[in-house]
Amino acid sequence: MDITNYVVLAAVLFAVGATTVLLRRNAIVVFMGVELMLNATNLAFVTFARMHGDLTGQVLAFFVMVVAAAEVVVGLAIIVTIFRTRRSASVDDVNLLRG
Amino acid sequence: MTPAGLEITTGETVLFWVIAPLMVLAALGLLFVKRAVHAAMCLVFVMVSMAILYIAQEAPFLGVVQVVVYTGAVMMLFLFVLMLVGVDASDSLTETIRGQRWVGLLIGIGLAVILGGVVARAAFPPPAGLAGGDPGGVANPQALARVLFGDYVLAMEAVGVLLVTAAVGALVLTHRRRLTPKQDQRAVADARIRALPEGVVLTPLPSPGVYATSNAMDTPALGPDGEQVPQSVSRVLRIRGQEKAAPHAPGTELVDVRTRDAGTSEARTTEGEA
Repeated sequence: MDITNYVVLAAVLFAVGATTVLLRRNAIVVFMGVELMLNATNLAFVTFARMHGDLTGQVLAFFVMVVAAAEVVVGLAIIVTIFRTRRSASVDDVNLLRG
Repeated sequence: MTPAGLEITTGETVLFWVIAPLMVLAALGLLFVKRAVHAAMCLVFVMVSMAILYIAQEAPFLGVVQVVVYTGAVMMLFLFVLMLVGVDASDSLTETIRGQRWVGLLIGIGLAVILGGVVARAAFPPPAGLAGGDPGGVANPQALARVLFGDYVLAMEAVGVLLVTAAVGALVLTHRRRLTPKQDQRAVADARIRALPEGVVLTPLPSPGVYATSNAMDTPALGPDGEQVPQSVSRVLRIRGQEKAAPHAPGTELVDVRTRDAGTSEARTTEGEA
């Protein structure tokens, strides 16, 4: 097996995550798509670290994980706040800011 | 670091070809599954499989961190928010932007094709591998810690600050300021009594399954007139359409009380009063 298969898998997962962000309406599922994209990039980082024999890729993947955790906390807090005021978690309903 | 070359074992090949299609299937589930909870389960599967792939790819520390951080913390947070938002928060199917579904699908497939083309055309070096042949190689967590706290110590500090900021930010965002005086038991009782003319039921709602053939949660109770009482079934079950019909128990015919008691003196007195 070629090691680039991992990179292809990461690319496919990234594309599926991006499509989820574009197509789904529920804000929480959209957020899950973002998480899937971050995971796919992490897989690519780990694969490249192994390919080049350099640990920097793994360190970068670690940082991506930490930043993703922080992002999830703030993002879900925003979703909860929006749901409290609008009683809806659909991304289509947040269009009141439109001028 | 000596690029000693990397031999991918047969075991790893089998592992990849077993896990990778399942991962893609679960990821597609994120796209097609209707309920948000099922989507979360699909994502949990993808993340656990990702941890297995990390461990197979000489990154045992990242594999453990993936399980702890993603499936342990992030996905639990997702499930908590799903519970908070409610199970009946379903996807709306009306399109606000016309043709958005097809354009989105087209962009997604295009992205996959472009990424696949880039990966297929790129010239990758021969895989070096991290262990370099010796058992105490660079792939162990000690080596990772040396890089993390040596070359990247400043980024590590910044990430710590970011985590604290995110935690405080989530607290501030979800904090609710009290605008009305605190409701004590007396006030709640008074409010319920005051709402009585508007059709608010003062007593507890009837429990499910009373006088029906089954006392399960999803079977509505039967009233004294033999009609089903929809309020006796939990609101969540009613919204999800999991409420059952309540057939009458076999052998118990519905008897109209007025015709049965027609000959008794009690019925006569009520008729006299009427």
